[in-house]
Amino acid sequence: MDPLRTLWETFFDWESMREALPEMLTVGLPNTLILAVTAALLGSALGIVLAVAGISRTRWLRWPARVWTDVFRGLPAAATILLIGVGLAPLGMQVWGPNPYPLGILALSLIASAYIGEIFRSGIQSVEATQLEAARALGFTWGEAMRRVIIPQGIRRILPAWVNQLIALIKDSSLVYFLGLLASQRELFRIGQDYAANTGNQSALLLAGLFYLALTVPLTHVVNWIDRRLRHGRPATGDDPDDLDLALPGAAGGNQR
Amino acid sequence: MSESVSLSLRDVHLAFGHHRVLRGVDLDVAQGATACVIGPSGSGKSTLLRTVNRLLEPDRGDVLLDGRSVLGDDPDALRQRIGMVFQQFNLFPHMSVLRNITLALRRIRKLGEDEAAALAREHLDRVGLAAKADARPAHLSGGQQQRVAIARALAMQPQVMLFDEATSALDPELVKGVLALMADLSSQGMTMVVVTHEMGFAREVADTVAFMDAGVVLEAGEPAAIFESAQHPRLRRFLSQVL
Repeated sequence: MDPLRTLWETFFDWESMREALPEMLTVGLPNTLILAVTAALLGSALGIVLAVAGISRTRWLRWPARVWTDVFRGLPAAATILLIGVGLAPLGMQVWGPNPYPLGILALSLIASAYIGEIFRSGIQSVEATQLEAARALGFTWGEAMRRVIIPQGIRRILPAWVNQLIALIKDSSLVYFLGLLASQRELFRIGQDYAANTGNQSALLLAGLFYLALTVPLTHVVNWIDRRLRHGRPATGDDPDDLDLALPGAAGGNQR
Repeated sequence: MSESVSLSLRDVHLAFGHHRVLRGVDLDVAQGATACVIGPSGSGKSTLLRTVNRLLEPDRGDVLLDGRSVLGDDPDALRQRIGMVFQQFNLFPHMSVLRNITLALRRIRKLGEDEAAALAREHLDRVGLAAKADARPAHLSGGQQQRVAIARALAMQPQVMLFDEATSALDPELVKGVLALMADLSSQGMTMVVVTHEMGFAREVADTVAFMDAGVVLEAGEPAAIFESAQHPRLRRFLSQVL
């Protein structure tokens, strides 16, 4: 048989793709999004805590934050997911039964928190010290000054980096398949891989890849767009909300579904 | 407006590591009076100002409002009684002009949205910028930004106002408007400490002028005494450079 044709059919067998498509749409895509978005929210909440601890004057907050960041940023994602997902499984079994999801999300959140914490920290530190001084001079406590004045400004500056982290999470969520998922829990990659393993044809996996691209490529363009807008400023609209009115942990700017 | 109070600094010392920035400063400002602090860069003027509202804590000495030491007070509560205006304005760039003023009114004074906005507009009107309420600080000139910063401080109804080289970052043609506003405030009986390089302002507006050098007040007195018959050679040298 023509080797080129074989190669083509290995990746672009429409029939295999069509077969896998419904499950990808109804099972894989929602699961991938649940994993990535939940981990992004949890990771951002933890990340803010880490960032604030990381710039604290107390070394008892600073050092643990440092170690946490180094560990979860330094370990391969696969190792963290296995260590947490398998290592804590007996504990998880007692709390929520034989469901690998919570531990998978926890592991992804821990990884994300390390990166997001560093992003937030740099954002907070990029806000001029005089802003803190001005807020304190008005009578705001340190915490309120951070919350109302410093963090809202820092967040804006790190939005592009934060969206990049979301992209990384979407991709890393595929690693949760290590933990052994029920059929209904499979995310995009696992479904593609299952079809590929059953048929010996890679087309379903390629389809999964296309799904990932459909999620991540638009996000990279969102990053670029935000970046441009931050660089060139935006026209004053008068009535836009002044601070994002952040509840302290979480909600880092419009990522709610 | 809340009644302004008298202010006294007694033997204030402050060091950053081995660098002794303040080495025993005394300063008295009567209720409703304006004191201008002049002196070369690095003499400790701005540091001194920050010990008044305890953005910096003195190592030694005392700060008194109305004759009572404030060093034991809650610093956040103390700062609500003392307004401060900075060289670089330090408006919050992510908020409208109005929100810059209402933020502390709502979150610290716990005023309602409408009440805070009304008070903010009143103070914007006072500094002649009522029309700019919805603008972002970045769309204002330096002079306008500084007037908003003054309105922001005044809206908290302070008993003392501190000005840290409030006109040093302004284009020359914008200096006058801000100085006029400060002179106005002074004439209305606000107790003010003004760190400035504007000798004309010090001469015209101040009740007391204090000359600082190397962390101490070398000479203080009425403007006429300082500018016409300075005693200390260091002050004479300084004046001959700047006048």
